[in-house]
Amino acid sequence: MANDGRILPLVLREVGFRAGGRTILAGISATIEAGPATIILGANGAGKSVLMRLMHGLLAPTTGEVSWNGLSSEAARRRQAMVFQRPVLLRRSALANVTYALALAGVAAAGREALALEALREVGLAGVAHRPARVLSGGEQQRLALARAWALHPEVLFLDEPTANLDPGATREIETVIRAFDAAGTKIIMSTHNLAQARRLGDEVLYLHEGRLAERAPVEEFFRRPASAEAAAFLKGELPWA
Amino acid sequence: MREIAEAAREAAALVAGADPALAGIVVLSLQVSLSAVCAATLVALPLGALLAVGRFPGRRALIVLLNAFMGLPPVVVGLLVYLVLSRAGPLGELGLLFTPGAMVIAQTLLVLPIIAALCRQAVEDAWREYAEQLRSLGASDARAALTLVWDTRFSLVTAVLAGLGRALSEVGAVLIVGGNIDGVTRVMTTAIALETSKGDLALALALGFILIALVTLLNAAAQVVKEAAERRYG
Repeated sequence: MANDGRILPLVLREVGFRAGGRTILAGISATIEAGPATIILGANGAGKSVLMRLMHGLLAPTTGEVSWNGLSSEAARRRQAMVFQRPVLLRRSALANVTYALALAGVAAAGREALALEALREVGLAGVAHRPARVLSGGEQQRLALARAWALHPEVLFLDEPTANLDPGATREIETVIRAFDAAGTKIIMSTHNLAQARRLGDEVLYLHEGRLAERAPVEEFFRRPASAEAAAFLKGELPWA
Repeated sequence: MREIAEAAREAAALVAGADPALAGIVVLSLQVSLSAVCAATLVALPLGALLAVGRFPGRRALIVLLNAFMGLPPVVVGLLVYLVLSRAGPLGELGLLFTPGAMVIAQTLLVLPIIAALCRQAVEDAWREYAEQLRSLGASDARAALTLVWDTRFSLVTAVLAGLGRALSEVGAVLIVGGNIDGVTRVMTTAIALETSKGDLALALALGFILIALVTLLNAAAQVVKEAAERRYG
C-alpha cells in the first residue's frame, strides 16, 4: 500500500490469536479510519484487551495480519501510545516519568522538561510534578499515564479500560483528558465496560462476542437498534431497565 | 564455661582498648570485602537484569548455572584463583598472589553469582508488571533492564548486602589466595581460624563479636534507608 506519511487507516485482515491451546480471537477483519473515536465493547473474556494489544503490536497475531498503512509494526508503534487499566509508573517523580517517555521517543534532553511540564498542565498535574509518581492517588496516577501519552503527541491512543478502577470523580477527569486528545486530532481506540462512558466518548462501536467481531456500528445506532442478536442480548443484560 | 566467660572479658577489653593489631585486621577485612562487593555489583546488576529481560538461546541454562553458583564453595574459588595467579599460572606475572588484591579477586568471583541471581529474580518480578508499558514506550531490552535496575533499587540493596555478608564471613578463599600473613593479608575470619587453633580464644572471640556486630550494623543501616526510601517513593 502506498504510504502517505500517516499511520491510519489500520487494516485488520482475518486476524486471529491463540494462546495455550485456546482461541482468544478469530477472523477479525476491519478497517479503522482516522477520525471517529472507536470503542471496543464486549463482555469479560470477549478478547477486547488482546485485540488492542494486537493492534498496538504488543502481541503478534497467530493468523492474519495487522497493517498500519504499510509501516512496520515498530515504526507505527512509535507514533501510538497506550494507557493501561492499571497505570505502570516508574519509581521517580511525576515529571521524570514523562521525560523518560520523551527520552525513549528520541526527544533531545534540552527540550524534554518543558514538554513534560506542558503535558502535566494539560491533565491538571502541574502542582505535583515533583512528587514521586507512585504515591499519587489512583486517579492522579492514571492522569499521569495520560500526560505521558500526551507528551508524545501520538496519532493513535489506545485506552484499555482506563477508568475501570476509578471512582466517578476521577473517571470524569480522565474523560475530560480523553476528549482533549480527541479534539487535538488523536485517534482514540478504547475498550470499556461502562456503556454510559461508551456513549459519552465514542463515535463508533466494535462489539466483540467470544473472540469474534459480532457487530460494528455508529454509537447511537448501536445502542438504539443493535443489529446482532449477541449485542442485543449484551445490552439487555447490561441495561435491564431499557 | 569459665573459659568462655574469661575469653569474653578479655575480648571486651581488646575491643574497648581499640587494640591496633585488632583494628588493622578489621580495617583490612572491610577494605577487601567492600572492594569485592563493589566490583561484583558493577557486573552483577546489569548481568542479572539482562538475564531477567532478555530472550536469547542459553538463557535458561545460564540462570540455572548462576543459581547453582550462589553456593560455590569458597575453597574451590580460592583454589582456582590460586592456580591462575600462581607463578606458573596465566596471570602469574602480575605478582598478585598473597596480596589483598588476590583476595579481592577471589571474593568478587564468590559473591558475583549471589548478587546477579538475586538481582535477576527481583528484576524479573518487576518486568512482569512493566513489560507492556516499557515496550509500548519503545524501550529496547538493554534500556528496559537499566530502568528496572533503578526501579527495583530498594530490593537490590538486599541482594548487595547478601553478597557483602558472604564476603565478610567466608574464610576459605581469602585463606588460600591471601595466605593469612600477619599485617598484610590477615582478615577477621582467617585470624579467628588461626587464633582458635593456637588457643588464643580471647582474640578469636573478640574478632567474632566484631564480625557479627559489623554485619548486623550494615544490615540495620540498609534496612532503615530502604524503609525510608520506600515510604518516600512508594
